[in-house]
Amino acid sequence: MAISTKDVRHIAGLANLEFGEAEIERFTRQLSAILDYVAQLERLKTDAIEPTSHVNAAAHALRDDALRPPATHEQALANAPETDRGYFKVPKVIG
Amino acid sequence: MTYETIIGLEVHCQLLTASKIFCGCRTRFGDPPNTNVCPICLGMPGSLPVLNRTAVDYAIRAALTLDCDIRPRSIFARKNYFYPDLPKGYQISMYDQPLAVGGHLDIEAGGARRRIGITRIHMEEDAGDLRSPEEAHAYYSALRNLLVDIGVTDGNMEEGSLRCDANVSLRPKGQAAFGTKAELKNLNSFRFVQKALEYEIRRQTQLLDAGQRVAQETRLYDSEEDKTYTMRSKEEAHDYRYFPEPDLLPLLVEKEWIEEVRKSLPAKLLSQRREEYITAYGLLAQVATTLTSSQPMADYFEATATAAGDHKAAANWISGEVLARMKEGGFDIVVLKSKLPPERLGGLIARVKDGTVSGSTGKEVLETILRTGQDPDEVIRSSGLAQVSDEGALEEAIEKVVAASPGQLAQYKAGKTTLLGYFVGQVLKATGGKANPALVNRLLKERLDR
Ligand SMILES: [Zn+2]
Repeated sequence: MAISTKDVRHIAGLANLEFGEAEIERFTRQLSAILDYVAQLERLKTDAIEPTSHVNAAAHALRDDALRPPATHEQALANAPETDRGYFKVPKVIG
Repeated sequence: MTYETIIGLEVHCQLLTASKIFCGCRTRFGDPPNTNVCPICLGMPGSLPVLNRTAVDYAIRAALTLDCDIRPRSIFARKNYFYPDLPKGYQISMYDQPLAVGGHLDIEAGGARRRIGITRIHMEEDAGDLRSPEEAHAYYSALRNLLVDIGVTDGNMEEGSLRCDANVSLRPKGQAAFGTKAELKNLNSFRFVQKALEYEIRRQTQLLDAGQRVAQETRLYDSEEDKTYTMRSKEEAHDYRYFPEPDLLPLLVEKEWIEEVRKSLPAKLLSQRREEYITAYGLLAQVATTLTSSQPMADYFEATATAAGDHKAAANWISGEVLARMKEGGFDIVVLKSKLPPERLGGLIARVKDGTVSGSTGKEVLETILRTGQDPDEVIRSSGLAQVSDEGALEEAIEKVVAASPGQLAQYKAGKTTLLGYFVGQVLKATGGKANPALVNRLLKERLDR
């Protein structure tokens, strides 16, 4: 197993997700399988290869400092689970 | 026990771009919530951020001015956390490959000069070590003035254009290892930075003296109670899981770009001009600060001084009378320049210097110029404000005064020479305050001692 149930609980907590025991077990198995699969790459010799952060060839992609019409207020809030006086309403984060 | 304090500041500065850093939404302050938003800044699936070139220009400006090394290749990173003002659930930031590293800023605090190291700049700001709350205050305000000077921010703290987090730790004097640091958030004014740090140092000193440990935590400053308290955030909030931002390519900054930005910087920084005014023209530090509140103000001063042929006099006039008129009339330097071009003010100062008008009459002339837009010489001529320096006319007035004061004349002759002041006063009164006082003094003395 590449990761433990403790790791999965930790990650779920960071993502604000709650799971039951059975789900935690299942995700631990599934995530471990994915990581084990990717771990095959470790068998390759990569000493002479530069670390890669992006697969695209580096090239400028910049925009001018120009305004573009925003979304409408209604569009912006259309998918919000909860709103309050034009704001998104979210669970309390800071106590 | 005696402790040494180590302070680090992380200064956040809103750049003066019209649109946001990764999308075309407006950056204006004060609009209703969620009106300047689009799929990109809301983090909608399928949207892609594109970097604002001007934001990079400004960051390069700041980096050049603070003597940082600009890295030819920098990488945006995703910082993952939940916060009420962060709809995406992550912030695009820079992490291990920032835009610029290793600069410094010179400050004055407690009468001493100190060079404060700057660790790095990304699209925000981050600073090195400081040894006292007073230094932290001086650093923060010096940095703000500099960033406003080079035009990358409006520095408006009420609108949150500049914010600052600080961390502070104590260590027993002589100990090499740093103590545990506490992070302070919510410091939005220069005064709060200093006060919050002072409070935190007292708190940590008491803890350490009592043999307790300082907890590594984030604390919020409450300015009303002048206290810091623990910010309870969700457990493990500090696990940000940074990773290279897959939606943005690495940022490449070539030499040509840096040189282009260098050309857009002011020829001389305000801090340099201030220094020059003190050392070269002998201005008081406070006056020099006033005259270097902005580049246009410093330009105005120098043009006035050239026209007047006297830096000190020009400095005194601008920092005194002219500034008072500006406050009264509620106009800024741009309006001042159109109402009172520096050549005109310089001309007036020259007339006061050569004795054509007295200092107090000069102030009246200034009023008239501001009201009518006339030339100083024109005002002086048309309103008959010129000092009477005609010896014949003054002698005539003196004779009249002496003739009208036989008692005082006799007392003066008998040795009560302090009565000279009385006679001067009478002559000035007789000439409607326009007589050249120095000349009246000399002529009167000659007449009375005859
Ligand atoms: Zn947007």
